[in-house]
Amino acid sequence: MNTIKKNFAELLRYPSAAFGMVIVVILLGISVYTMFAIPYDEAVRLWRGGESVWYQNPRQAPPAWFNVFSAKKLPVSFAMSSASNQSARTVTTDAQGSSEIVDTYTFDFQYDEFPQELALYFTAKFGAKQPFTAITWLTPDGRTINVTTMSLRADQAYRFAQDEKFKRLMKGKEPVEALFSDPNAAEPTPLKGTYQLVITTSTFEKDSTVDTELVLHGQLYGWAGTDHLRRDLGIALLWGTPIALAFGLLAALGTTLTSMIISAFGVWFGGWVDEAIQRVTELNLVLPFLPILIMIGTFYSRSIWLMLGATILLNIFGGAIKTYRAVFMQVKESPYIEAARSYGASDARIIFQYLTPRIIPMLVPQLVTLIPTYVFIEASLAVLGLGDPILPTWGKVINDAQANGAPYQGLYYWVLEPAVLLMITGLAFALLGFALDRVFNPRLRGV
Amino acid sequence: MIETRSNNILTQAVVADPPPLLSIKDLRVWFELRRWAFSRAGYVRAVDGVTFDLGYGEAIGVVGESGCGKSSLMKTILGLNIPTSGSVTFEGQEVARLDRKGLRWYRSNIGYVQQDPFGALAPFMNVQRILEEKLIVGGIQSPAERLERIRKVMGEVKLHPADDYLEKFPHMLSGGQQQRVVIARAMLLEPKLIVADEPVSMLDASVRVEILKLLRGLQESHNLSVIYITHDLSTVRYFSRRIFVMYAGQIVEKALVDDLLNNACHPYTQALLTGTSEPDAANARTFKEIPPGEPPSLVNPPAGCRFHPRCARAIAGLCDKEQPPETSPAEDHLVSCWLVQK
Repeated sequence: MNTIKKNFAELLRYPSAAFGMVIVVILLGISVYTMFAIPYDEAVRLWRGGESVWYQNPRQAPPAWFNVFSAKKLPVSFAMSSASNQSARTVTTDAQGSSEIVDTYTFDFQYDEFPQELALYFTAKFGAKQPFTAITWLTPDGRTINVTTMSLRADQAYRFAQDEKFKRLMKGKEPVEALFSDPNAAEPTPLKGTYQLVITTSTFEKDSTVDTELVLHGQLYGWAGTDHLRRDLGIALLWGTPIALAFGLLAALGTTLTSMIISAFGVWFGGWVDEAIQRVTELNLVLPFLPILIMIGTFYSRSIWLMLGATILLNIFGGAIKTYRAVFMQVKESPYIEAARSYGASDARIIFQYLTPRIIPMLVPQLVTLIPTYVFIEASLAVLGLGDPILPTWGKVINDAQANGAPYQGLYYWVLEPAVLLMITGLAFALLGFALDRVFNPRLRGV
Repeated sequence: MIETRSNNILTQAVVADPPPLLSIKDLRVWFELRRWAFSRAGYVRAVDGVTFDLGYGEAIGVVGESGCGKSSLMKTILGLNIPTSGSVTFEGQEVARLDRKGLRWYRSNIGYVQQDPFGALAPFMNVQRILEEKLIVGGIQSPAERLERIRKVMGEVKLHPADDYLEKFPHMLSGGQQQRVVIARAMLLEPKLIVADEPVSMLDASVRVEILKLLRGLQESHNLSVIYITHDLSTVRYFSRRIFVMYAGQIVEKALVDDLLNNACHPYTQALLTGTSEPDAANARTFKEIPPGEPPSLVNPPAGCRFHPRCARAIAGLCDKEQPPETSPAEDHLVSCWLVQK
């Protein structure tokens, strides 16, 4: 226990190690937070959900913080609904049971570009008589535009941009542009200020109610942006963290520990056991790793767990076995092992209690530096289209971005966000690993 | 005067009737040399026909230069090497025939003191763990009993107070303290025999005497038999009664310490004695007559007396043809040399 504390204190003497550790802790924190905030099933449902889940989001919108860096402020998406009391609602009911519901949405618009789209969603509850609604738009400069009137079905969507009648009313102007533009400007420019949308709905039955929702698809969305399916990239970036860490950690632990034990057995028992292990390792070293994984992914399954298993299996008999063997060969001849043999310690006891502990100082830094390697392998597989079909991961975001030509459309955020996360993860573990190496192997300290 | 070997002269002299603690008969330890994986290229005859008895409470010294087979002999006694032929008998039980339980009994009766005290202690275990390991392997289940035994034996090797040392790791101890821990480990299961492989050769001169005195004290208080292996004749007399001189896998001379020092018969023993340094200023100017050449290859040892290629007085036609028999020039003194024979 004391040694751990001492090593830890020594580790903190390296600023790079402290930096790496902070990042690793943050990544772990994100992972834990994600798993509680967005449970696995929820994440899978959201990521695989279609338009019905993601109707509130614009397509391929960069994250909202883009505005911080650009002079031209782009509209940020938002959604308001009467169900969550984001509208001012007045209800007047008469004796016959008919009522008039007025939802007034008020929002501030201070952007230099037009939004992508404006849409209204109605959820109406009625028996035989459909409610009737009228939509009115109030601009900051005091104009009132009567947009449309219509009868409501149980689920009704109204998209301003697709209303041809309204477009004709606005003399052929694009509806969203018409609603937001400054009438006095020569070029179409948005008018800044407070807009109001008044939805007046008449219901004709006693228990009939209507809920409304206003969705503005701006040019930007959320903290991570959206992809071609309106999905919030935040979910993939968040869930990518625990998946990447779990894959990296499990693969690194699995390969390192198994390699170490196999190597120790080979060295201890020697003879044909050692011979067999060495030949299998040499054979395995010349097998191409990635193509085999691609083959498994193509012909069998792309499940991340299968890929993890295959990665571990193919890496157990890797170069590490040879490195560990070299150390074990030396340790095997130590007098203390001879002493253990003389008092009759069993083979298993010698391997696990006397032989393997000697390699731990070498193993720990190696294990930590190995983690990003496997994180990258997982991402590479996803980029190659062999990502897990269900889980949202960093690699899959890059894959989607590439498939949808993100770089050619200037949607750099789509590629850069997962890529930066991958790089940060790699950097953190590398920094930590190098520092651990220096702590555990004092001979490197001067280097 | 000349008398071919009668097997029990020495043991009879040391202990009268009871059977010896350890009896080694015509022991051969050959290591197979392999060419490729299967074909045999020959044998390294590390130990080639060694016979001796060791009585209860008796200490013997085995001397010889590096590579003469003394370590192989020792490891065979410890059960680390399997004898090619011959037998090791401990208290009337042949070691090769012991079952699991018997082997545990045998091992608990032998303590092993190694040459390099730092290497002999696992660097990642503290003193308590190091000592406890042997007790766990030795089958002592109760942790309280283990700790009690550890404390007792640490007192015996004068590592007290024991609590100051239990938590320490080997690198925190001095060489002498490390060697005391090694001796404590050897003494843990109250053995009847201690095998000490050059126990002081890696220690400072000042510590050497202390460790030798400690070993000697333990030997006397516990009536231990000791096999003391060294290439340094000057430390042998500290507690050995008899000395065996080994050359190329064989024992060439067995004698009581004083007898050997004063009246060495084998030319090799004489050379060894000449080679021993004494702190004498005159040594700086004198040239010592030492035999030329190196110990022979154990794969193809010379025919006849194995020392004859290096022996200045070798008799052509005899020494290089026939192996000399063991003869006894004096009481308790056996030597294998044609020169003594003639």
